[in-house]
Amino acid sequence: MLRFLLRRVTLIIPTFVGVTFLSFMLIHLVPGDPIEVRVGEHGIAPERLAQLRHEFGLDQPLWQQFLTYEVQLAHGDLGVSVVTRDTVWNEFTTLFPATVELAVCAIIFAMVVGLPLGVIAAVRRGSAFDYGLMGLSVTGASMPIFWWGLMVILVFSVSLGWTPVSGRISDIYFVEPWSGFMLVDCWFADEAGACASAWGHLILPMIVLGTIPLATIARMTRSSMLEVLNEDYIRTARAKGLSVPRVVVVHALRNALIPVVTVIGLSVSSLLGGAILTETIFSWPGVGHWLVESIQRRDYPVLQGGTLLVAVLVILVNLGVDVTYSFLNPRIRR
Amino acid sequence: MALLEIRNLAVEFATARGRFRAVDGVDVTIDEGEILCVVGESGSGKSVSMLAVMGLIAWPGRVTADVMRFAGTDLLGLPSRQRRKLVGKDMAMVFQEPMSSLNPCYPVGWQIAEALRAHNAVAKPKVRDRVVELLDQVGIPAPASRMGAFPHQLSGGMNQRVMIAMAIACNPRLLIADEPTTALDVTIQKQILDLLISLQKQGGMALALITHDMGVVAETAQRVQVMYAGQMVEEQLTDSLFSAPRHPYTAALLDALPERAMGRARLPTIPGVVPGIDDRPSGCLFNPRCRFVQERCLTTPPQLEGPAGARARCHTPLDAAGQPTGVAA
Ligand SMILES: Nc1ncnc2c1ncn2[C@@H]1O[C@H](COP(=O)(O)OP(=O)(O)O)[C@@H](O)[C@H]1O
Ligand SMILES: [Mg+2]
Repeated sequence: MLRFLLRRVTLIIPTFVGVTFLSFMLIHLVPGDPIEVRVGEHGIAPERLAQLRHEFGLDQPLWQQFLTYEVQLAHGDLGVSVVTRDTVWNEFTTLFPATVELAVCAIIFAMVVGLPLGVIAAVRRGSAFDYGLMGLSVTGASMPIFWWGLMVILVFSVSLGWTPVSGRISDIYFVEPWSGFMLVDCWFADEAGACASAWGHLILPMIVLGTIPLATIARMTRSSMLEVLNEDYIRTARAKGLSVPRVVVVHALRNALIPVVTVIGLSVSSLLGGAILTETIFSWPGVGHWLVESIQRRDYPVLQGGTLLVAVLVILVNLGVDVTYSFLNPRIRR
Repeated sequence: MALLEIRNLAVEFATARGRFRAVDGVDVTIDEGEILCVVGESGSGKSVSMLAVMGLIAWPGRVTADVMRFAGTDLLGLPSRQRRKLVGKDMAMVFQEPMSSLNPCYPVGWQIAEALRAHNAVAKPKVRDRVVELLDQVGIPAPASRMGAFPHQLSGGMNQRVMIAMAIACNPRLLIADEPTTALDVTIQKQILDLLISLQKQGGMALALITHDMGVVAETAQRVQVMYAGQMVEEQLTDSLFSAPRHPYTAALLDALPERAMGRARLPTIPGVVPGIDDRPSGCLFNPRCRFVQERCLTTPPQLEGPAGARARCHTPLDAAGQPTGVAA
C-alpha cells in the first residue's frame, strides 16, 4: 500500500512540469499582457509601460520567463498576483473553501438523489420508471452547464423569485469567516436568517453543478446493480430468507458501489471544470470564478499558480479514489 | 405425511421467442429424513425445479403447481413474508458454484452469522460461538481464525464447506444440494459428499441431492427421480432403478456408466443433446434419441404411469429384461 502511494506521489512531479508549461504557453498566446490590460484604453507613456514591464520581468524572452517561473516554483513560491499584489497562495486558500463547499454539496446532492434512483431503476428494470429515468439521465448528462444554469436562474430566480442569483450570502448578514465554509460558519453564528440565506444562495448552483454527476451516477448505479443482481451470491442471500431491501442494499449495492465510486471519483475532475462555469454563471466567489477573472486580467501568476493547484487537487482526489476503492473491494486489498 | 409434496410443478420463463417451460409436470415427494437423488443431463430442469421449491425463481419467471406443501404448510398461497421465514431456516440450499455463491465483500463468518440472525436461530451473544461450531462441524480447520477470511482467500472446497455451514446453520428439515461437487476437484468431491451424508445422518434432515453422477446415486440415495427436458421421466427406489430401469433414457444413462461397460471397447453414449427452447419435438420429448421409438412416440406425449413410487413417462416402458413392453409385433 505504502509503495503504491509513493509511486503515485512521485508521478506528480512530471505532471507539474507539464501543467505549468501548458498553462504558461496558453496564457502567453492570448494577446496583451497584464500591464496593457490594466492601463486600458487611456494608455500611458511608452517609457512608463516599458518600466513596468521590466519590473515584472515581462521584457525578457519567453523561455527565460518560463525558467524563472519554474525555479521560483521549485522554491515553493507560487508568486504574487499582478493585480492585487497578494500572494497566489493566499488568494487561493481564501477562495478555495467556497469551491469545495459548492463541489461537495453538488456531489452529495448527486449521490443522495442518483444512487437510490439507479437502484430503483435496476430493481424495477423495464418499468415505466426505468425508461423515464434513463431518458432523463441521457438528457441530464448531455446538458451544457451554462445553458442549464441560465435556464434555472430564469425560472427560479427571475420568474418565481424564489432564490437569489449571485454570491454566497445576502449582504445584510456578516458571519465570521471561521472555517470558510458558509454553511458551517452560519451554523456556528447561530443565526437562522443567515443559514437560510446561505442555503438559498447555494441551492441553485449546487443543482446545476450536480446535474451531470447525478445523471452519470444514476446510470452507472443502474447498470452495475443489474449486473450484480444476477450474481450467484444474490441467489444465496435470498436463499437465506433475507428481506428484499436487505438483499438489495447489503448484498447487491455494496458490490455495485465498487465501479460507481470509481466513476464518482473520476468525475471530480470534470466537476472542477463544471465548477468554473457554474461559479461564473452564479458569481460564486470561488477558485473557478477567480481563474476566469485572471484570464481576463492576464494575471499570469494567478492563472498559472491556480491551474497548478487545481491539477494537484485532481491528482490527490484520484489517489483518494484508488485508496477508497481498495477498501471497498477486499479482493484487491493486500 | 411427506415433508415435501409437490404435484404437477411447472416453471415458465419469458424469453425473446415467447414463453418457455423449463419445468413441466414434475412431482416431488420427500419424506422426513430421506435422501432423494434427482438426476439428468445439464439443461433438464433439475436446478430450476429445486429453485422453485425454495421460492427463488425471480420475476418474470412463473411457478405453478397443483399441490405444493412443505411440513404441512401450503406454499402456493403463502405470502412472501411467510415464505421467507421458512426459506433458509426449515429448507436450505447449497449451490453448484461455491466460488461465486458467496458474497465477495464480506467475511465468511459474517455471512454464516447473517443466516443465524435472519431467523433468530440463537441468542445474539451466542452467534459467534455457533459460527465457530458450524465451521468446525463442516470440517474447516482452525475455525475461529477462518471466520474473518474472505471467500477469495479460501479454496473452492473450503468455500463449499462454508456454504454447507450456512445452509445447516438453522438446522433445516430439508437440505437441497444442487450438484454440490460438480465444480470441485475430484479428490475434494468425495469429501464434500461424505460430509453432506454424515450431516444428514446426524441431523436427521431430508436431503435432496441433485447430481448427474449415477455412481453417486448408487452409493447414497434411497430414491431416485430422473429428469429429462424439464419433465420427470422416471421415479424408483434406487435398487430397482439400477436393476430394472423402466424408461429408455434411464437405461441409456446407466449403460453409459463405465462400471457397466466392462469389456466393451467403447463407452456407449446417448446421441444428441437435451432439446432446448426451440427444438423440442412433438410427442415424447426423448423420441429423437430413443432406441425404441415407435409411431405414437412421435405424436402423443406419454403420461407418467405405473405403480405409485415407480412411475415412468413412456409409452413402452422397459421390462426387467430391458425390452420395451406393449409394442405391437
Ligand atoms: N432465468 C431463466 N430464464 C430462461 N431460461 C432459463 C432460466 N433459468 C434456466 N433456464 C432454462 O431452463 C432449462 C433448465 O435449466 P436448469 O434447471 O438449470 O438445468 P439443470 O438440469 O442443468 O440444472 C435450461 O434450458 C435453461 O436454459
Ligand atoms: Mg443445474
